Amino acid sequence: MKKLLFGNEALALGAYHAGVMVAAAYPGTPSTEILEALAKFDDIYAEWSTNEKVAMELGLGAAYAGVRALVSMKHVGLNVASDPFIAAATTGINGGMVVICADDPGIHSSQDEQDNRHYAKLAKVPMLEPGDSQEAYDMMAHAFDISEKFDTPVMVRSTTRVSHSKSVVEVNGDRAAPAKQASFRHDVEKYAMLPVHARLRRPFIEERLVKLAEYAETFPYNQIIWGERNLGVISSGVAYQYAREVFPNASFLKLGMTYPLPQNLIRQFAAQVDRVIVVEELDPFLEENIRAMGIEVTGKEFIPRIGELNPLVVEEAGRRAGLLAEPSRRQKAALPQGLPGRPPVLCAGCPHTGIFFVLSTMGQRSKLLDAKGKAEKEGKLIITGDIGCYTLATYPPLRAMDTTACMGAGIGQALGMEKAGVASKVVAVIGDSTFLHSGITGVVDAVYNEAQVTIIILDNNTTAMTGHQNHPGTGVSAQGKKTRAVELERLVRGIGVEDVKVVDAFDMKALRTAVRSSVDNPELSVIIVRGTCSVRLRSRSGQRAVDIEKCDDCGTCLMLGCPAIQKLDEQIDIDATLCAGDACTICEQLCPKKAIGPLSE
Amino acid sequence: MKKLDILMVGVGGQGNVLASDILGEVAMAVGYDVKKTDTLGMAQRGGSVVSQVRIANRVWSPMIKEGEVDILVALEKLEAVRWSHYLQAGGVAIVNNLAVPPLSVSLGTHRYPGDEEVKGILRQRTDRIHFTDGTNKVKELGDIRTLNMFMLGCVSPFIPIDFHIWKNCISQRLPSNILKINMAAFDKGREETSGVNLG
Repeated sequence: MKKLLFGNEALALGAYHAGVMVAAAYPGTPSTEILEALAKFDDIYAEWSTNEKVAMELGLGAAYAGVRALVSMKHVGLNVASDPFIAAATTGINGGMVVICADDPGIHSSQDEQDNRHYAKLAKVPMLEPGDSQEAYDMMAHAFDISEKFDTPVMVRSTTRVSHSKSVVEVNGDRAAPAKQASFRHDVEKYAMLPVHARLRRPFIEERLVKLAEYAETFPYNQIIWGERNLGVISSGVAYQYAREVFPNASFLKLGMTYPLPQNLIRQFAAQVDRVIVVEELDPFLEENIRAMGIEVTGKEFIPRIGELNPLVVEEAGRRAGLLAEPSRRQKAALPQGLPGRPPVLCAGCPHTGIFFVLSTMGQRSKLLDAKGKAEKEGKLIITGDIGCYTLATYPPLRAMDTTACMGAGIGQALGMEKAGVASKVVAVIGDSTFLHSGITGVVDAVYNEAQVTIIILDNNTTAMTGHQNHPGTGVSAQGKKTRAVELERLVRGIGVEDVKVVDAFDMKALRTAVRSSVDNPELSVIIVRGTCSVRLRSRSGQRAVDIEKCDDCGTCLMLGCPAIQKLDEQIDIDATLCAGDACTICEQLCPKKAIGPLSE
Repeated sequence: MKKLDILMVGVGGQGNVLASDILGEVAMAVGYDVKKTDTLGMAQRGGSVVSQVRIANRVWSPMIKEGEVDILVALEKLEAVRWSHYLQAGGVAIVNNLAVPPLSVSLGTHRYPGDEEVKGILRQRTDRIHFTDGTNKVKELGDIRTLNMFMLGCVSPFIPIDFHIWKNCISQRLPSNILKINMAAFDKGREETSGVNLG
């Protein structure tokens, strides 16, 4: 049966057909849809884990118990999970364990552009790289087989363009034979990594790599496609698709397994072509490994290391490398200049808008900053931020976030600034899902080391940015079952924070009062700002409108950055199709002329 | 049909991704190879959204080269202009006559291009442009959220695939409670461009 599937859907279906029994993940673009697709199957266990580290540990436990386990995450998720990942590589598994990790070349929705292929080399585990949805589907069965055959976790590396492209998949499999009953057999030399046992594993790991390299020689997705012999292209993943389009007549060595490399196959290929070029996205991972074999190759001399490739980028590189003739007469279109950008924004009715407006005005952000957002002097408030929709509050007009590093970092950074002795009050801002992911330990540190910062938890009861996944605070599991919710107030009080306030995200006066009192408090304080994500509102009523008789065009409402409040042709107007109405009303609360009210029919 | 590269652009929340999905499914249903990819910024709503659909007997890259798009479908005017350089000379552009001002326009730091400017930039690439008042037309039908199906209807006469295939694929993708109004929007769009001669 043919299906048009996203890479992520194909990975999930491939894993399901390969007999996966346990799947765990934390949402992160571009990997989120893998677990979402798996959660729909009710004959397996799938969960949103608290974070990627827990997901990896859970997957490892399931694999120890003899069943097939899948763990998925975005590239930076593997940073969080790297400790148990390398532990898994050390102990090996029992049931097959596959770790899917989705990189984000071009930084579409991430904080960095790291090339996670290096992790395979670091952990000494095999890595597969599908280049479209068909391969994503097909390779999953191989991944589990390799895992069990070689007693190793297997890394499957995707990228944004593989995960988020749809292509035709011939779905020829079905779910493999009934699952094994999970059972764990004691074997401390394999599973309990005391130094003496870990030392015993070392030779096994090195021998495993040698055997894997032998296996790579015959791995069916390491293929030579012969064309003309004057050019040989070595490529993998989606980069292969671009190269195939740009060099239609060349010979190709397409690598589906990119660690360890099939050295004989590479030598055989290189010996039969006049010139070898490696086309790969991000770092020269293949290129350096192949060059280390003593084979003369080029690649990053022409192909950019930075950003996402596409056919045009590869074509231009091909010209620089002298592999393609100068451009045909095809007239290259001029890029339209000077157009207003359309960056993502906080939605109309977003529960984060009000609190950031308060922080922005209290910190006098708009007066402080120059056009580039750089400050001459320290602000009244230093706002350390985190990862989520609310990171968008960094942009004008709110400009109410000073730092974004990685999940949970805002709290630790706030502590560091305070301990370093900054004059201003430091406020850390973090979302509910991110707080549970990696903010809790920061609060423990703050209590223990008597920090004097304010921590604001933005609680919209969902993981919004990645598409509204449940998390431990929502009371609903990944598979839609009602479960026990972790209560944020009780959690922070339990850690030992005494000044804890809960405030309605749409009550501007209460928000201002709460922030002022917390900022004035010399002790550690936590404010939980609670409001429903507007995208999840079931119905909308009472959309607001501007009374043009009363409006004096002061622009205060525009400083919220609400996309429903628009100014085109010199008149401020509220787009009723976007406005969240009665659920929000923060513009109405703010308007000094009382010119905003419910839209009269 | 040798190959068809279609770029569908709009603003987050307009239903770009669903419409381009259906377009891909239509082409797959008649046996073509299809690849499609969406570029969305972070967060849920309000950013630029670009969907690329490639149809041919064999498709390699999911991404289309600049200057090779056969049909540009824009659910919003500024987005049409922003992606106009992807259009091949003489390609078809179907543009919804709707302006959604980005924040920078509302805040007065940038200017939204005027209608003549929009047309002028598009005409540098092609004369085969159809502007439609899609937003008002689907308002008349009673649901502005059907704009994506209206635009899909507008593009359908330019793709040599049987009408019934389109209808089947739409029925398979949309929930039954909103199917009727979406089908009406598709029909209305198809009707609008069926008689249009873009040369």
